[in-house]
Amino acid sequence: MSQINSNWAPPHLTMRWWPVFLRNFLVWKKLAIPSLIGNIAEPLIWLVAFGYGMGALVGKVTVATSDGAVTVPYILFLASGSICMSAMQAASFEALYSAFSRMSVQRTWDGIMNAPVGLDDIVFAEMLWAGFKSFFTITAILLVMLALQISHSPKLLLAWPVLACTGVVFASIALVFNALAKGYDFFTYYFTLFMTPMMFLSGVFFPLEQLPHAVQAVSAWLPLTNAVALVRPLFMDRWPDDAFRHALVLVAYAVAAFWIALAFTRKRFKA
Amino acid sequence: MNSGPAVGSGLGDGVETARNFITRGLHDNAAMPPTLLEARGLTKRYGDNTVVQDLSFSIAPGECLGVIGPNGAGKTTTIRLLLGLTAPDDGEIVCFDTLRMPADARAVKARLGVVSQFDTLDPDFTCAENLEVYGRYFGIGRAEMRQRIPRLLEFAALTQKADAKPGQLSGGMKRRLSLARALVNDPDLLLLDEPTTGLDPQARHLMWERLQMLLQQGKSILLTTHFMDEAERLCSRLLVLDHGRKITEGTPRDLIREHLEPDVVEVFGAGAADLAKDPALTALASRTEVSGETVFFYTQDAKALTEALHRHPQQRTLHRPANLEDLFLKLTGRQIREGA
Repeated sequence: MSQINSNWAPPHLTMRWWPVFLRNFLVWKKLAIPSLIGNIAEPLIWLVAFGYGMGALVGKVTVATSDGAVTVPYILFLASGSICMSAMQAASFEALYSAFSRMSVQRTWDGIMNAPVGLDDIVFAEMLWAGFKSFFTITAILLVMLALQISHSPKLLLAWPVLACTGVVFASIALVFNALAKGYDFFTYYFTLFMTPMMFLSGVFFPLEQLPHAVQAVSAWLPLTNAVALVRPLFMDRWPDDAFRHALVLVAYAVAAFWIALAFTRKRFKA
Repeated sequence: MNSGPAVGSGLGDGVETARNFITRGLHDNAAMPPTLLEARGLTKRYGDNTVVQDLSFSIAPGECLGVIGPNGAGKTTTIRLLLGLTAPDDGEIVCFDTLRMPADARAVKARLGVVSQFDTLDPDFTCAENLEVYGRYFGIGRAEMRQRIPRLLEFAALTQKADAKPGQLSGGMKRRLSLARALVNDPDLLLLDEPTTGLDPQARHLMWERLQMLLQQGKSILLTTHFMDEAERLCSRLLVLDHGRKITEGTPRDLIREHLEPDVVEVFGAGAADLAKDPALTALASRTEVSGETVFFYTQDAKALTEALHRHPQQRTLHRPANLEDLFLKLTGRQIREGA
């Protein structure tokens, strides 16, 4: 446990993260159905209300691609963006409110650390767990979208792992804020100051080209923008442009955020 | 409730001395006294605040070591150090002969059982599920846990509550479930941080009974407590801490004999405090203390003192043997600690 010496030491991981992940899974299994309904109802209401309502007004949207402008129905444009947003929200909620409950309120982590399980394994398990929950949510949403025949691109099979990675990215980022939180109120700032602006700056609801150039430059580096840039073409049955670059940005966010989250959490538990 | 020292201060003395002589003799003869855990020169600082300072102690197999001290004395930090949850700034901890904390934390914790000061039970799981899930953190499989769970529940007197969630349990039941959970890995050493705080007398006695059973089975225990009767009943040896330092160490009886007069006469009631200034009385006591409206006379000759007190029939008196609580208050003072 060399990490005792430095909060920034590399993660010290063993397979003991698995029982921690399983613990969260077993709790969730007891409440899975009601929690699933809660998780997918809201994004679907947005999709139906906005997609069909606004879609009737907007009609088709032009998407810029390497082959020039391509027009798609607004409902498809929105569905491909909002599923990324759902991945972000599901992972963030789990890694903020639920993880904080386990870490601070219920002291579940303290109990686990009295057993031969290290803090690094716990944080890793929480990250994967939030990613898994997000994955579960987007799978359900994806199935509903298929049933609504919003897209029947075979490339959706690839959108699936990309969305799973998106969940992991936002789980890692959320764990940074979890490590810093004094209470649940702190997370309101995260949602209103970070997540809500990102929703509007990442091309979920309207094409990025609508934004001023300076804002576009910032937007290009937001994790949600890169997720949408990968997922939307797959919904349109196209291969994403600059797929490698977008994937790299997401991986960089996940690795950096997890490392920072780990360092901050170690600091918190040493105090 | 203080029947223990009453026996000890009477005819038990000779027996006690003989027993001490024998155990000391054994210790001296052994080249290396066996220890389960040894802490040497532990120091822990948070900023400018030194919470544990140059603390050394050891735990022998089968022993119950009590750690007592006022709030902020460093008891919980000591346990955190032993668990490798925080690294000492100085000193070292060697467990099970060769393992060092915090470097070998995982290997050490595989052989420890811990009951922390606050319950960390999973509110969403039943009692049985709590045990099963906790066993998994030690790498104990489902089949093995299925065998252990009924025994653990029975030990905790919770067989009837196997399917109840912690929220449906009383305080005592929760603590016993925590104790059962600490036993899932059949540990060699138990670290118990105030295991009976907040329990009613019945629940506390049941907890003591269970801890005594564990000691009889050969388990070793390190126990922190604020209850002196608990320390006296369970602990073979005590470590008294204050301000992060060890003040003294020894068996409860030895400590009382070493630091206190055999008898205490308490006098209370209106105007009792004035008796502390009465030279006729103070002459008969080795030490006199006043706390509020109560005077404590610590004396070698309780008979003469109680007779002298007959001249003050309006005061209520209580004659009792000196106990650990007196020792604790003598060593750490009567003032309330900040944050207490």
